[in-house]
Amino acid sequence: MGRYVIRRLLQMVPVFIGSTLLIFVMVYALGDPVAALFGDRAPDPATAAQIRKDLYLDHPLWQQYVHYMAQIFQGNFGTAFDGQPVLTLMSTAWPLTIRLTIVAVVVEAVIGVVLGLFSGLRRGRTVDSGVLVLTLVVVSVPTFVSGYVLQYLFGVEWNLVNPSVSPAAPFSELLLPGIVLALVSLAYVTRLTRTSVVENHRADYVRTAIAKGLPRHRVVLRHLLRNSLIPVVTFIGTDIGALMGGAIVTERIFNIHGVGYQLYQGILRQNSPTVVGFVTILVIVFLIANLLVDLLYAVLDPRIRYA
Amino acid sequence: MPEPSSAQDPAESVGNAGAGGTMDFAAEQAGSLTAPPPGEHLVPEGGTTTGKPRSLWSDAWHDLRRNPVFVVSALVIVFLVLISIWPKLIASGNPLACDINKSQDGPAPGHPFGFDLQGCDVYTRTVYGARASVTVGVCATAGAAILGSVLGGLAGFFGGWWDAVLSRISDVFFGIPIVLGGLVFLSVVTNTTVWPVIGFIVLLGWPQIARIARGAVMTAKQHDYVQAARALGAGNTRILLRHIAPNAVAPVIVVATIALGTYIALEATLSFLGVGLKPPTVSWGIDISTASTEIRDAPHMLLWPAGALSVTVLAFIMLGDAVRDALDPKLR
Repeated sequence: MGRYVIRRLLQMVPVFIGSTLLIFVMVYALGDPVAALFGDRAPDPATAAQIRKDLYLDHPLWQQYVHYMAQIFQGNFGTAFDGQPVLTLMSTAWPLTIRLTIVAVVVEAVIGVVLGLFSGLRRGRTVDSGVLVLTLVVVSVPTFVSGYVLQYLFGVEWNLVNPSVSPAAPFSELLLPGIVLALVSLAYVTRLTRTSVVENHRADYVRTAIAKGLPRHRVVLRHLLRNSLIPVVTFIGTDIGALMGGAIVTERIFNIHGVGYQLYQGILRQNSPTVVGFVTILVIVFLIANLLVDLLYAVLDPRIRYA
Repeated sequence: MPEPSSAQDPAESVGNAGAGGTMDFAAEQAGSLTAPPPGEHLVPEGGTTTGKPRSLWSDAWHDLRRNPVFVVSALVIVFLVLISIWPKLIASGNPLACDINKSQDGPAPGHPFGFDLQGCDVYTRTVYGARASVTVGVCATAGAAILGSVLGGLAGFFGGWWDAVLSRISDVFFGIPIVLGGLVFLSVVTNTTVWPVIGFIVLLGWPQIARIARGAVMTAKQHDYVQAARALGAGNTRILLRHIAPNAVAPVIVVATIALGTYIALEATLSFLGVGLKPPTVSWGIDISTASTEIRDAPHMLLWPAGALSVTVLAFIMLGDAVRDALDPKLR
């Protein structure tokens, strides 16, 4: 187990370097951050040179990258171009996005698994077809459409929730944005659970469990569902990173000043330290979520052992 | 399931039993999506088959033609392709001819969907918007599928260091959320054509296809007919093209069809965020973005392009679903 974790952690290193380098090159090489600072006006060459020197932009790109990473691992994420330390932005943005992601993950896991189990057990019946058609429709409606429509219906037309989230963003206000964020993944979780339940329904251990007279709920929950959850857990794990990154659209619709909002602002204004800083954390979250998922396999399926 | 009559020769009866079993299962699969007419799977097989067993492809085609999901989505897609090539077929107006006096007006004679913020005809713009979406979807999918299956296929076939490098590279791409990557990459592009968007989607989309192609080639490589071909002296090129490619292409086609739908949604999302397609290109994403701020006053501005976008994405995803049900060997 310990050796497995260490091996996986080592494998993460090249992926981490690759992802952050890719974003770093995109942000710093494709645009000119100094020119962006001055907007439409051409900067004074001496001033531009001084800024480049201060921001370590006068070195070759790979040296900038090494310098930047060294700074990050000392806890210094640099300063956004508007003078705020990136860490300050992060300390206000991350809690919001984490709360939003928690709502979304809980929604997609609970509703998705329940719906998937329900339709998988009633394979071929009306309930099953209905759920499958519903998931297809949900997958086809892009988040920014469902977001605006639900915001309009619940927030304006029926006046059930506040259409825009307040700065404190308590969980109750994040319920609707969380559902919007989770919708597409919810459909995938439902379909995955259903397929998996249908496949395992015919497995020998399920027949054995029924044959030895276990009550139905025990067969379904402990034998069938637990064995069907592995692909679902994989999906949810890899989805955590995607949800946080995909929150750009949801946060924009509901006016939540989280990670997606900061990234969007940072990208549009070419605020490079903000963008690279937030993305670096996102990549780390994504990698760790994947590792945790692999470790969860052993809990779900005792046949899997890590050497 | 009717058994073939005893008068037929044994080879045919084997072929028919196989095909019949398949049909039965496919009907069940189709039934899980939309209930087939009762007794559909009881159609005798003997009349439609020739003497020899059907190949995977003709078998799949046989199933697909009877699958209502496939027929409906294929018709929608043919219609979309037609209007994206010749929008004048159903819309005679000019999508860029706008009258600001009619801003946000509701439906009027000759303008069934009403007018948008600039006073442009929403119906005409919705019809013309198909072109951008279909172009981006088709080109990006073709690019990602070709690049992904060549790189992934070679990695699966030869293995070794190239395989290891490719796996790490796709890990890197998987680590970057796609909307985020699109924002970063496209925000610095000033070109207003569809090509930067297509290029970006290919760049971030190929690893997914490569992974599927790699797995499919690795499975096909194990089969006896590949060993047989090698024993008969066939070279790598011949084995890859004649024996492995035809047997590994099915999963790639399935994933690519479903990806096409998601790429169209992705293009609209990027256009919505202001970094994808840009005016004067007519795109559903741009129109939805403009309409989103006016949803309280003029919901029709949002609903028509959003509906068209959703139906398009749905059609491609359903097509991919139906093709998967017909091709997936696990379901046979």
